[in-house]
Amino acid sequence: MSWLLPSTIAVPLLGAGLTVLVGRRLLIQRLITAGGVGFVLVAAVIMLVEADAGPPVVAQVGGWPAPAGITLIADRFSAIVLTVSSAMLVAVLGYAVAQLGRDALDWWFHTKYLVLTAGVAMSLLTGDLFNLFVGFEVMLIASYVLLTVKTGPTQIRATMTYVVVNLVASSLFLVVIAFTYGATGTVNLADLALRLQEVDPTVRDGLGLLMLVVFGIKAALFPLFMWLPDSYPTAPTAVTAIFAGLLTKVGVFVIIRTQTLLFAQDGPSTLLLFVAGATMTVGVLGAIAQNDVKRILSFHIVSQIGYMIMGLGFLSVAGLAAAILYISHHIVVKTGLFLVGGLVEAEHGTGALDRTGGLLHRRPVIAALFLPLAFSLAGIPPFSGFVAKLALVQEGVGLGRGIIVAVSLAVGLLTLFSMTKIWSAAFWGEPTESAGRARPGMIGATAAVVTLSLGVALFAQPLAEFSARAAADLLDPTLYITSVLGET
Amino acid sequence: MSVVGLAVAALLFGIGTYLILQRLLSRVIIGLGLVSHGANLLIILSGGAAGDPPVLAEGVDPARVADPLPQAMVLTAIVITFGVTAFLLALALRSWLLTGSDAVEDDLEDRRIAQERPTVEQPTVDNDMHEEVTAP
Repeated sequence: MSWLLPSTIAVPLLGAGLTVLVGRRLLIQRLITAGGVGFVLVAAVIMLVEADAGPPVVAQVGGWPAPAGITLIADRFSAIVLTVSSAMLVAVLGYAVAQLGRDALDWWFHTKYLVLTAGVAMSLLTGDLFNLFVGFEVMLIASYVLLTVKTGPTQIRATMTYVVVNLVASSLFLVVIAFTYGATGTVNLADLALRLQEVDPTVRDGLGLLMLVVFGIKAALFPLFMWLPDSYPTAPTAVTAIFAGLLTKVGVFVIIRTQTLLFAQDGPSTLLLFVAGATMTVGVLGAIAQNDVKRILSFHIVSQIGYMIMGLGFLSVAGLAAAILYISHHIVVKTGLFLVGGLVEAEHGTGALDRTGGLLHRRPVIAALFLPLAFSLAGIPPFSGFVAKLALVQEGVGLGRGIIVAVSLAVGLLTLFSMTKIWSAAFWGEPTESAGRARPGMIGATAAVVTLSLGVALFAQPLAEFSARAAADLLDPTLYITSVLGET
Repeated sequence: MSVVGLAVAALLFGIGTYLILQRLLSRVIIGLGLVSHGANLLIILSGGAAGDPPVLAEGVDPARVADPLPQAMVLTAIVITFGVTAFLLALALRSWLLTGSDAVEDDLEDRRIAQERPTVEQPTVDNDMHEEVTAP
C-alpha cells in the first residue's frame, strides 16, 4: 500500500489548512486534528506490519522513478519510529486539549501541531537527502512557532537561541547537500549509498563527519547540545513533551540512517562511542545541578541520547538493535515524564523543586504515574529502560568496550539519583498550598502514555526480535537499495 | 567549480559567521541571511558548469544542458530561508516591543550563578548593545 506513504504527509498538512479555514470553532478544530494525527498512527501501524512481513514499502512521488524523483520509503526502522512517535502525538493531543482549553484557539495550536506531525512524518519516511532537509524545516518551523505561543520575554529569549542554532545547522545541512551532490551527482539516499563507495575515502569521511555535526546539532549530541535545556522548558507542557519525545529522536534516527547506509564501516567506531559517553555524562551531571522539574528532565534528554549513539557506535546488529529498542522505549518514557512534570506544575503553580512537596498524600495518582516512568528512565528492572540498557551493556561487554559500559552504568545510577531528587522534593514532605488542580483529561492522557511504556516492557521479547531484524536491515542495506532503485 | 564562485561563498560565510556572533538579533538575522546565501551559492556551483536551458525539445543536445536539479533545490531552500527570516524579524520586533532592545539576553541560570559569586568580576556588557538602540 504505497499510497499510504505520501498521504501520511499530505493528510496532516491538509488538516492544518482546514483548521485555519474553519476559523475559531474549537470542537471542529479538535476533530480535524484528532483525525489527522489518528490517520498517521493508523497508516504507521499498517506500514509497520507490511514492512515487517516483506520488503520495505516504497513510493516514488509523482511517478518519477528513483533516483530522478523523490523517494518515500518505510522500512522496519522508520516504520517503528513513526508508529511510536504518532502514538505519542495522539496521546499528547489529548493532554493538550485538557491543558490548553480555549487558549488553543488564540495560539492556533491545532494548525501548528498538524504541521509538526507532517514534518516528523516526512523526515522519517523520506529517502532523499534534500527532501529530508525540507522535512526538517517543516518540523522546525512548526516548532519555532509552538515555542512562542506564550510570548513573554523568557520565551522570546529561549526561541532566539533555538531558532538561530537550528538555522545555522540548516545552513550547514545545505552545505553538506551541495558537497554531496558535487561529489556524487545525486541526493537519493539509496543511490548515494552506491555512488559514495566510488568516491575518494577522504572526501567520504569528510561528508560523513559534516553530516554527523549537522544532525548532531539537531539531536543534541555533546558538544552541540547547549541549546536544548535552554529552550525546551519555557513552552507549555504539551509542547515541551512532544518536542522532548520526538524532535531530537528524529535527529538520532537520521544519524543512524546516514551513518549505516552511507558511511558504514567495519567494527565499532571509537569517535561515536566517545561522543556517546560524553553526551551521557555531561547530560546527567547537568540534570543533577538543576532545581526545576522540566529543566532536570531536559538535561536527561541529552543524557539519554548518549545511550542511543552508544548502540550505533558498536555498529553491530546487536548494538543497533539495542539502539532501536532504546529509541522506541525512550520516546514513550520521555514524553510521559514531561507530562507528569506538567501535572506537578499544574498542582503547585511552579516546577521549582524548593516550592513543591507532599504530592504523594494530596494526589497519589500522580505519584503512581511518575514512579514507573522514573524507574524506566534509570533502567531498573522490570521496566522498559532495563531491557534496552541490558542489551546495550551485553553488546558492549561482548565487544570488549569496557569504558563505555562502565560510563553507561554509572550514568544510570546518577539518573536514578536525580529522579529521587524529584521524588523527594515533589512527592514527599509537607503538602504545600494547592495552587490548582491537574485536570482529569491531563491525568488520563498521562496514564495512557504510562500504560504504553509498561506495554513496551511487557512485550520486550517480540520488540527485541523486531529490533534485531530492523538492525540487520540497517547493516545490510542491499534490500533497501534494491527496493528503491529496482533490481539492477 | 569556478574559483570566483567559491571565493564569494567563502566571503559570505566569513561575514555571516561574524555577524551571527553579535548580540543584536537584527545583526544575527543579516548574518544568517548571508550564510544561507553562501550555502545556496555552493549548491548552484555543485551543479557544474553553465549550459543550455534544460528543456526536452528538438535540437537540444542533452550533453550541453545545465543541471536543473541544483536550481530546483536552491529555489526550495531560498523560499524556506525567506520564511524563517520573516519569522525571526517578527521575533526581533516582539523582543524590541517587550524589552526595548533586540539583544539576546544572558541565560537566566547564568545570571543567577553570576550573582551568587560576587567575588568574580562581572564582564561589562558589550558596548554595541547600546549604540544604536533607543528605548521605545
